[in-house]
Amino acid sequence: MKSKYDILIVGGGPAGAIAAKTAAQKGLSVCLVEKRPAIGAPVRCAEGIGKEALAEFIEPDPRWISADMTGAVVVAPDGFEMTLESSMAGGKVGYILDRKVFDRELVWQAADAGADVFVKTRASAPLMSDGRVRGAQLEYCGNVQKVNAEVVIAADGVESKFSKWAGIDTTVPVREIMSSVQYVMADIDINPSATIFYLGNEVAPEGYLWVFPKGKRAANVGIGISGRKSGKGHRAKDYLDRFVKQKFPHGKTIECIVGGVSVCRPLDCTVADGLMLAGDAARVVDPLTGGGIYNAMFTGKLAAETAAACIAKGDTSKKALMAYDKAWRASKMGKGIERNYLIKEYLIKQSDEKLNAIVHSVSKLDLKEFSTLTLVKELLKANPKLLVELGTLAASLR
Amino acid sequence: MLNVHRDICGYCGCCVSVCPEGALELIDAYLSVGENCTGCGICAKVCPLGALEVVHEK
Repeated sequence: MKSKYDILIVGGGPAGAIAAKTAAQKGLSVCLVEKRPAIGAPVRCAEGIGKEALAEFIEPDPRWISADMTGAVVVAPDGFEMTLESSMAGGKVGYILDRKVFDRELVWQAADAGADVFVKTRASAPLMSDGRVRGAQLEYCGNVQKVNAEVVIAADGVESKFSKWAGIDTTVPVREIMSSVQYVMADIDINPSATIFYLGNEVAPEGYLWVFPKGKRAANVGIGISGRKSGKGHRAKDYLDRFVKQKFPHGKTIECIVGGVSVCRPLDCTVADGLMLAGDAARVVDPLTGGGIYNAMFTGKLAAETAAACIAKGDTSKKALMAYDKAWRASKMGKGIERNYLIKEYLIKQSDEKLNAIVHSVSKLDLKEFSTLTLVKELLKANPKLLVELGTLAASLR
Repeated sequence: MLNVHRDICGYCGCCVSVCPEGALELIDAYLSVGENCTGCGICAKVCPLGALEVVHEK
């Protein structure tokens, strides 16, 4: 490990890995540190991603694709199923990834591009002077080393601490953390090519329960509920266990994963002097779906590109790095987060009766484009009254 | 004070993200509780597994 790099990246998930690869390809010296001993584990993810979204960053590879999705099913609180299918030949839609292999591949590519990578290495404090971040103190097996960098990219996930130490408040409001548990289950009867989403205040209050296929008879079976609905006797695990006992009583759980997913608005500002935040650490998870892989890769890449441009100009001040903050907010991803945040805020306030009515309005949708935006547009067509209830949001959807 | 039931904790970091004091940190596979913990219990509420417990000392 050198004592100085152009860019230091904290966190070896998709945001950090893509940032490292991008920066290294631009000829910058890059150091990526991951506190865990292995990249990609524990998974803490339902592993779904759209095919077109994925293709922006990497060619699909069977080594890290668990299952190919051609449709989705939304189950209303009363059990009614709304089926979503794609009419497109070749079935775009999505994949369920094998994140343990996928994350490793991304870091591997970053290493091949020239980035230095260190695992079981934790950034334990930022190096600060004159109010700006100048690197980090790194701890590795009892050793402590200071590493200076022109820019630090904090891609340290939902449990992000680095930017908090540097003075940015990253606290997620209790009602906007999805308290989540997931079982990887084997030997269960499922539709192997469709994701299933269960809605309802009894099933998953202010969240949803999912069954994402991982094979012909295997799936990620998980749940996220609002932090404010969580408590003794009614935690995410309690809800999931009840569902599994009823739905997959003979299934075998081969992995138990827990996690928190932020569904708040992104941080007010994702840069500081010498510091950039990307991925879950920047709170850029899609607030409606809880999906974060694409948004992490998107912000990771953009952060590295902006950092490279700023380093070339010799100015890595907050003012210069703001170009990154502005760019992701103005992007399709940034606008989608804001729109989906408003839709989420509407949906979590609805009673089960109302959710039933919305889902019943469309029993079968043939979506030309498989996205939450298209889905919401179709739902609005079938429920003209929603236009009034959604108010200003509806206008942005037309 | 905050009691971490290590046999229940899944080391996921959900609690870290909601701590208003920044008192929690997920260090590899264990949760560290800083001295600035106020025992507010927000973390205990959101924990997916119920691994955290605020204990009021007498």
